[in-house]
Amino acid sequence: MSAGLALHDVTVRHHGPFGPVTAVDRVSLEVPDGTTVGLVGESGSGKSSLARAVVGLADSCSGQITVGGRQFRGRGVPDRRRLGQQVQLVFQDPDTALDPRMTIRQTLAEAAGAFVRLDRRTREQRISALLERVGLDAPCADRFPQQLSGGQRQRVAVARALAVDPAVLIADEITSALDVSIRAAILTMLRDLQRRMGFAMVFISHDLAAVRSVSDVIAVMYLGRIVEVAPTEDLLRSPQHPYTRTLLDSVPNLRGGWRSTAEPLLAGEVPDPAAPPSGCRFHPRCPVGPNRRPERDICITQDPQYEAVGRPHQAACHFPPTADDCPPHARNVDPDANGDRAPRIPRELPS
Amino acid sequence: MGVITLTMLGSLTVLAMVGPALWGQAADRPNPSAVLQGPTAGHLLGTDHLGRDLLARLLAATGLSLLLAVAATLLGATAGITLGALTAVVGVRTRRMLGALINLLLAFPGLLVAMFFAVLFGAGAGGAVFALAVAYAPGFARIAQTLAAKVTETDFMAAARVLGLRRHRLLLRHVLPHIAEPLMLNTTVAAGSTLVALSGLSFLGLGVQPPSYDWGLLLSQGLDRIYSEPLPAVAPGIAIVYAGVAFQLLGEMLAKAAARRTRPRQMAEPAVRPAHVDRTASVDQVLEVEDLRVAIPTAAGVVRPVRGVSLDLRRGEIVGLVGESGSGKSLTALAIADLLPEHAKSTWRANRFLGTDTKSLTRKERRRQLATGMAVIFQNPASAFNPSLRIGTQMTEAVRAHHNTPRAEAVEQALTELQRVTLPAGHRLLRSRPFQLSGGQRQRVAIATASMMRPDLIIADEPTTALDVTVQRQIVDLLRRIRHDDATAILFISHDIALVANTCDRVLVMYAGTIVENLPAHALATGTRHPYTRALVESVPDMTADRTHPLRTIKGSPPDPYGEISGCPFYDRCAHRQDRCAQERPVLSPLGPGHEIACWHPLPQAQREAEEAAK
Amino acid sequence: MTTMSARLGALARHHPWAVFCCRRAARLIVSLFLVVTGSFAMIRLIPGDPVRAALGVDAAPDLVAAKRHEFGLDQDLLTQYRQYLRHLAHGDLGVSLVTGEPVADLVRARLPATLLLAVLAFACVLVVALPGGLIAAVWTRDGRRPRTELVFTTATSVMAGMPDFVLAAGLTAGLAVSLRLFPVSGDLGPQSYVLPVLALALAPTAVLLRIVRVETLKVLAEDYLRAARAKRLPAFSLYLRHVAPNTLTASLTVAGNLLPALIAGTVLVEKVFAWPGIGSAMAQSVAAQDYAVVEATVLVLGAAVLVVNLLVDLALALLDPRSVIRKT
Repeated sequence: MSAGLALHDVTVRHHGPFGPVTAVDRVSLEVPDGTTVGLVGESGSGKSSLARAVVGLADSCSGQITVGGRQFRGRGVPDRRRLGQQVQLVFQDPDTALDPRMTIRQTLAEAAGAFVRLDRRTREQRISALLERVGLDAPCADRFPQQLSGGQRQRVAVARALAVDPAVLIADEITSALDVSIRAAILTMLRDLQRRMGFAMVFISHDLAAVRSVSDVIAVMYLGRIVEVAPTEDLLRSPQHPYTRTLLDSVPNLRGGWRSTAEPLLAGEVPDPAAPPSGCRFHPRCPVGPNRRPERDICITQDPQYEAVGRPHQAACHFPPTADDCPPHARNVDPDANGDRAPRIPRELPS
Repeated sequence: MGVITLTMLGSLTVLAMVGPALWGQAADRPNPSAVLQGPTAGHLLGTDHLGRDLLARLLAATGLSLLLAVAATLLGATAGITLGALTAVVGVRTRRMLGALINLLLAFPGLLVAMFFAVLFGAGAGGAVFALAVAYAPGFARIAQTLAAKVTETDFMAAARVLGLRRHRLLLRHVLPHIAEPLMLNTTVAAGSTLVALSGLSFLGLGVQPPSYDWGLLLSQGLDRIYSEPLPAVAPGIAIVYAGVAFQLLGEMLAKAAARRTRPRQMAEPAVRPAHVDRTASVDQVLEVEDLRVAIPTAAGVVRPVRGVSLDLRRGEIVGLVGESGSGKSLTALAIADLLPEHAKSTWRANRFLGTDTKSLTRKERRRQLATGMAVIFQNPASAFNPSLRIGTQMTEAVRAHHNTPRAEAVEQALTELQRVTLPAGHRLLRSRPFQLSGGQRQRVAIATASMMRPDLIIADEPTTALDVTVQRQIVDLLRRIRHDDATAILFISHDIALVANTCDRVLVMYAGTIVENLPAHALATGTRHPYTRALVESVPDMTADRTHPLRTIKGSPPDPYGEISGCPFYDRCAHRQDRCAQERPVLSPLGPGHEIACWHPLPQAQREAEEAAK
Repeated sequence: MTTMSARLGALARHHPWAVFCCRRAARLIVSLFLVVTGSFAMIRLIPGDPVRAALGVDAAPDLVAAKRHEFGLDQDLLTQYRQYLRHLAHGDLGVSLVTGEPVADLVRARLPATLLLAVLAFACVLVVALPGGLIAAVWTRDGRRPRTELVFTTATSVMAGMPDFVLAAGLTAGLAVSLRLFPVSGDLGPQSYVLPVLALALAPTAVLLRIVRVETLKVLAEDYLRAARAKRLPAFSLYLRHVAPNTLTASLTVAGNLLPALIAGTVLVEKVFAWPGIGSAMAQSVAAQDYAVVEATVLVLGAAVLVVNLLVDLALALLDPRSVIRKT
């Protein structure tokens, strides 16, 4: 096993209004040093719960979390301190991620001095090195968060996470609250930082295009489970799990247009995570599952999770597509293709 | 109000300091010859049963009354706030237990608890102070708990935890500074009510005991003879009210200062107005807006989020309005729908909706026109429905109000509309309340509600931003179907340029309150000619482009919305700027078929596009 | 443990009302236990000897000892507590240390007058503050009519800072003694209710007025109200149907907290008006150092407060079923 982050059978529970809710159910994932795993999924899929559990912010979390070959367990303050030295989290909303009553310098100083005692000069050096690393000018240090733009604040948040030289960085939807033009800069910066510092990264987002641009491997979550893990291009080119396919079909594409969907889009609503469906959790909504093909009742009775382990392209599905069942999902290789959307001229419409 | 408050507080402080020294002797001097006298020139308030001057006693009692009140408040506040703030940094189980304890204590009214403990601690000033501290502590604990819970939920607290900071540091560095201000405010107000409660205890005989005296005791003694002489009872009462109100007003003043809003500055009319460009009018036009401007006066000056937007929509057309945050796209939509916030002011040169100029309509006619001709779908379906009304009521109220449709018929129509947005089981849905539906369902109901009126124009303000990507596609497909079936024009506002490219027929790109480019949606990917649009398109990560190729980033930031823009708003960030761009504002003018651009120096056509055009 | 809590979770999902009622009942029992134990502890923990205090300093030692024995104060605490609970279960609240009369009779005679006073005052508070706060909010929304707003906040500040017993004294002096418009004290028919109710209700009305206004302003800023405005509904329907119900839950929650405070407030106000209620009985026995009566009245008032709290919670739950789900 390479170093970096390894999760084994991690289960996360919340105190819901009706008793405990299992937000993440026996998830295993490996993130080797210097690589990025993109974690995608819709709201309620448990991706943020997983992130918070890894850094020790979850209510209750079982399973093994290994960082750099060392296992972390226990939930007391000393355990959290040991873990914090290794794993850091960057949050979604740059507006609330920084203490509004502390200057950027104070925020970074607090982080840099969290585990090691630094004298004033080293601390100052460290702060200016951090700012430079995330592409901010030195004068920023004496400003308050509200005096910075959203993009700058997110850079500070990244700098704070990197201040402890973590082995693993978890980026939880860090570009979701940002505008497109700033988003690109943050993505580029993250790739750059990883190349220079070599940390392992988990990049969580619902934005598949953003995930694609930074990740080496993509893991897709649905209702507390990872349903498919594969190297980025493999997963995008030939998604094996019907949920992944629906997800990919739903992503608007500037240069390609939407693929016309032979399979109808997802039926129904996401089930209640407190009472997940039996067998394959996707079966009630699956376009190729027992609802459409009654002979596939194995999906209702048997959980496909365990058979998937071990393959390089893991998909937790009893019926991964064969060549004629579903053609390889070539995603609009030709950028000129317009997909289904021929430009419509309004006059042609009935009025 | 500030002056009055400070005067009241100042007088109280001075009285408390000098009162005992000045009038203390007079207050304690018995005069057997003048027992229980009414008000006279010598004794303005009369005398008590030992013949002591009541005015002197009243003034001399200020110090003790205030001192005890402040002591009780501080004791209670310290205990309560400590308890409440602790909830923010302890574990889940301890937090729940503390919360339950606070709840339990709060079930009893403070005065009752204070009386109980005053009896328990033994009647006397000390006992009363402790009793009040005990009685008021749970209230402080609750406030501190609520405030601290808000801090605990923030990401910066989570970040501090991830950094492994220790509890005392979390408490001192992150929690307490954030809750200090509202707590101080509360303590001030509480001091007033503690003073009153303390007087109440003395009044009952549970507080200050003779020969000491405070206002409550004086009131109690005065009350015994209220039939013959009201003033000895009324005067201490006035003193208590005076002090109570002083503290109350101080709290009020502090709260005001905390949320200070200065008067908005005078609005100046913008100087530059771009030249008028003739547009080809069409019979099909649903909406035609020229030179729309929105100004919002704020403390820091007038913000001008929309600076001269012109747009038109034809029947059955989906037009995307795309821009980054702060570009003014949402306010443009709200201005068109006449739903701007109260203080925002909008102006336009022309605003024709369904062929009639809005200026020619009375207020009532305009309301009627908007009610029947226009519908709005908002960004967040979670908050766009009234939580206390059933879905059925909210779907039918508009037709019932404006078309006078009978109830049964309106319900029938609602069922049909729900069917159209692929929500069967309509009857049950109509009876449900918004919180029983998922986000996607709610947005579909919102679309159904919007089409109940058969509007000519639907404004959809970021209708899918709060939804998941699979639901997003369903919603967009629905909107496209509705415009196809009903020939409704749809103004689709979004920040997601890829979504707009896939959804709309035509796209308007907004930047700094102006429309910089108007082009067919299919041309977005390769046919943009404005430098901003081009840069924006190139900065979008894509599912097909080469991953190793770095994404384009736009340097700098949009212009200050407070300031005036003399030239092109994109001037500072533009790679192709020239001298003219700094001085003259470019106007949206035709460039090709269905393509308009506000740029003095449009970019050349992209290679591939040029080849296509040549073909 | 996990299966257990999962089962409880399933129960909660299917029967939120059952869980709500169970929790509420559990809380009531714990608080009742607190009140009973508190009142039991009161007479045993106060500094000095309550019997001697009641009988006077110069009472004969053997008389005191006999009285102590009569009340069972010479037994160990556990036996006393058990006996106390047994008596309570039979509705026996003990006898007055001074007069020797059963306290239960006193309570039975005086409790209705107190409750009537509190409920009347509460009704006045609701009738004035709910519509008043709504109107004030609609008038002063978005910074309109700044002068009205100033008058409103100042007036309610002063009113809220006005203690009930002081107001009672002032009202007595002004309207009853000087102008002789109302009876000065006692319960002499409907006219007698005016002043005590006014004294009790004024400050809570001011507090609730402010709360209702703030809550209404919050609702006016909500997204769903903008959505309702987009439908161009008539003002009447907009405010009564879309605004009022949403301000009601929050406002009534605060109002529900005011009712127990009103009950406690009766102690002071009843003393001023010599009202034949339980509050004045308590005030008198405090003065007479008759701690057996003080203890019993604290118990009765505390229990009344708990019952009122329960009723308020149930009413709120019926009004806003979501709160049931949220709380459980």
